[in-house]
Amino acid sequence: MSGPATTTRGTMAPRFNGVDFYDTASLLSEEERAVRDTVRAWVDDKLAPIIAEHYLEGRFPLHLVPQMAELGFFGANLPEEYGCAGLNNVAYGLIMQELERGDSGVRSFASVQGALVMYPIHAFGSEEQKKRWLPKMAAGEVIGCFGLTEPDYGSNPGGMITTARETKDGWLLNGAKMWITNGSTAKVAIIWAKAGALDDPSSIRGFVVPTDTPGFSARDQRGKLSLRASDTSELVLQDVKVGKDALLPKSKGLKSPLSCLTQARYGIAWGAVGAAMGCYEEALSYAKQRVMFGKPIAGFQLQQERLAQMLTEITKAQLLVLQLGRLKDRGKATPAQVSLAKRNNVNMACEIAREARRLLGANGILVEYTAMRHLANLESVYTYEGTHDMHTLILGEEITGISAFE
Amino acid sequence: MKIAVCIKRTPDTETRVRIAADGVSLDETGVKFILNPYDEFAVEEALQRKEKAGSGEVVAIALGPDVAQETIRSALAMGADRGVLLKADKVPADALAVAKALAAELKDGGYDLILFGKMAVDDYNHAAGPMVAELLGLPCVTAISKLELEGGKGVAEREIEGGVEVVEFALPAVLTAEKGLNTPRYPALKGIMAAKKKPIESRPAALGPARVVVSALALPPERQAGRIVGEGPDAVPELMRLLRTEAKVL
Amino acid sequence: MANVLAVTEQRDGGLRKTSHEVVWAARQLADAMGGKVDALVLGAPGVGAAAASLGEVGADRVLVAESAAFGKYAPDGYAATAATAAKAGGYAAVLVAATATGKDLAPRIAAALDAPLATDVTAVGSAGGKVTATRPVYAGRAIQQVAFDAPVAVVSVRPNTFVPGKAGKPGVVEKVQAMEVARVVVREVKAAAQGRLDVAEASVVVSGGRGMKGPEHFALIEGLAKAFGNAAVGASRAVVDAGWRPHAEQVGQTGKTVSPQLYVAVGISGAIQHLAGMKTAKVIVAINKDKDAPIFQVADYGIVGDLFEIVPRLTEEIAKARTG
Repeated sequence: MSGPATTTRGTMAPRFNGVDFYDTASLLSEEERAVRDTVRAWVDDKLAPIIAEHYLEGRFPLHLVPQMAELGFFGANLPEEYGCAGLNNVAYGLIMQELERGDSGVRSFASVQGALVMYPIHAFGSEEQKKRWLPKMAAGEVIGCFGLTEPDYGSNPGGMITTARETKDGWLLNGAKMWITNGSTAKVAIIWAKAGALDDPSSIRGFVVPTDTPGFSARDQRGKLSLRASDTSELVLQDVKVGKDALLPKSKGLKSPLSCLTQARYGIAWGAVGAAMGCYEEALSYAKQRVMFGKPIAGFQLQQERLAQMLTEITKAQLLVLQLGRLKDRGKATPAQVSLAKRNNVNMACEIAREARRLLGANGILVEYTAMRHLANLESVYTYEGTHDMHTLILGEEITGISAFE
Repeated sequence: MKIAVCIKRTPDTETRVRIAADGVSLDETGVKFILNPYDEFAVEEALQRKEKAGSGEVVAIALGPDVAQETIRSALAMGADRGVLLKADKVPADALAVAKALAAELKDGGYDLILFGKMAVDDYNHAAGPMVAELLGLPCVTAISKLELEGGKGVAEREIEGGVEVVEFALPAVLTAEKGLNTPRYPALKGIMAAKKKPIESRPAALGPARVVVSALALPPERQAGRIVGEGPDAVPELMRLLRTEAKVL
Repeated sequence: MANVLAVTEQRDGGLRKTSHEVVWAARQLADAMGGKVDALVLGAPGVGAAAASLGEVGADRVLVAESAAFGKYAPDGYAATAATAAKAGGYAAVLVAATATGKDLAPRIAAALDAPLATDVTAVGSAGGKVTATRPVYAGRAIQQVAFDAPVAVVSVRPNTFVPGKAGKPGVVEKVQAMEVARVVVREVKAAAQGRLDVAEASVVVSGGRGMKGPEHFALIEGLAKAFGNAAVGASRAVVDAGWRPHAEQVGQTGKTVSPQLYVAVGISGAIQHLAGMKTAKVIVAINKDKDAPIFQVADYGIVGDLFEIVPRLTEEIAKARTG
């Protein structure tokens, strides 16, 4: 006879209870809470116990992909007719929030698969392409990657030099991409290339390229100190021939890949809240138990200030993304609004992770605690999907009407 | 295969217990409610049995206030087909009163299996399942950790102190689930969306008389602070003395 | 009528320890109400011989129901027999021990008698002619007081809580009819892998935690438990998760809740979820090298130091105390 079952799913994993100082749960629908709870429980049971090992080894936990697919995490806000969960954007955001509380690298996998691969196929693809790829991607049977960034073109994707030359039977692609999440495991790559002159960003088009096409190669980038439980690869396209049906027919100009980024950035703004909540909870729990000079360190003023500051930033960020999600569901969220959220939330998460690491003292450098892994991961999140500085300029242009990019 | 699962909406097991102003119940402010963890094993078992049989229906039945529909929807999100709410503003502390209402609902349902979690994590009664079986005159095995069904007959295992009982019975039967009977599935996100469209019937619970009256609910007494007797093995004789003369456990 | 019926439990023809506890509890209740205690023994033919000892813990009569079908637990038969005996005797209360069997049996008896039930109670009494009981709820985080609004109540009592004293009563043995109805049949009882004393039943529990540093060192814990004679070995969640000890030994919120007379926590820091499983022990002793370990806040007595030195010494002293 065993004692009481206390965790759901009958497991014994410690449970994350969230951080919700302003009762944002009451602003969610019953389904949104249920979605959050499923992902939260899955992360507790399946991701949290194994992530330290994968992070240290620099290995993405590929075995989790079928589970994530079965639960419906990929392309969750895309329609049911393509095998997706058909959730609203707030529920999608909650998935990203809970995944990132587990690990930014695993959340990056889901962001790429959903927002950067399935989304462009849904937004710019033909019906045939949608039917061919989306259900399999939702099921995790086909993993995709998004090839936009190049070795010399990061913040300035319009300057890309990957080319697509139209041929009798299709297209010939040449170029190189870098910093591509899922690159080495992907079966399919969404490659953005210029179909016209190199100085003409309006000629950018999207192509669905099977990665086993001759001339296509992917190689993992080594020596990463961040997002270690994620595959980050270089892609090389050397005279890669694809058929006419590889082109995403509705893709046109830089706006197309940028709109995909906006989707991903939206999810990342939520994800950052998850990472921050995880760091805060861990720091608070530690502070209450760690005794120094005869009392828990939670009783010292400097630590209370740290915790109060963390909680304040988390609370602000939660309300920010929730309203953004509601706007998005009404079809009214603008890219600049998404930039504001990504910029603010990722920055605050970086700071919270750092402060949590410091509160944990020497223990904070051990992988057994999550703060330093989050801290390292969030540096990538700060830089990718539009660096903090780029979002600053996006907002600046939006507010003033004057571009300060060049 | 037609299967009923009786479920309960209970406070989350990590709830910090506060006594309500009435002195006899839990203060529910800020309390998160969940599907009773033991009932998850029952729901999962029902779903697996239906899947194995190839066809059938899983009905989730809850007795409780209106808001218990959320709990029924958790079971629907896992895959149950429909739900029934037996409405009662307060769930009585009297397990037999509850069992009578459940038995009245189950009686003519034609169920092959009626499943419960072995107990609820709030009241710890361990009673509703076997009481329903007794009222309906059905075979019942409680706290099962293993189950085999074949051709209208079943064999279940249950842990007892220092052993495992192997119990045989015929269907229809009432079974209550112990932790570890199976691994409950997470409600898939599609399932959560589908649950909104599945029917839940609601009717007043035909409760029996509530003859267990809670006269008080209180926090347990704090243990008195103890003391460190000494350091190292040399402290053992003093510990022995205290255990013998003061604590009187030796 | 303020008489109490105590339903006992036997295994392989011998009365289990909890049988004396439940009769003792019935004796306390009957004395409070000015009534008698009848004990009910159900088992295979010949089980009546074991019944004699029940007078020593307070049984005025011992009702014996023997049947070939009753050697192993027969849920429907036991329930019907007990309910029939209860109706015939007009008792104010029917007590059962809240063992694995008792938790199965008590609700069936209650439903058959159409009587209210309170389970796993830690105290039972009477007030204004009504039977009352005290029981833990919410995993022991609250204590409930209940009263019964009916002529007869069924109550299951928590093991290890009603420690029997002496109350010499006649214990006159009478045969009663065994009702052989069976909707389920216990075909066999498989022995547990190790046949050890169960942690939830022992009156002394010696538990080891991460401080033991490895599964091989649990021999120290087993040695100390053996020195006590009647002790079970328990384990913290950390060592069970690490695979050093089986889950059946786990004490804590996701393991078993135990209420022994003495709980010795060795190399256990005292995380809240562990405390939830043992803080109702009568006496808690903690041995840990960290004087700030939370376990010391809950322990009645603590020794700070190296458990690898302390435990052997304690084992020696306990063994001496038992033999000397």
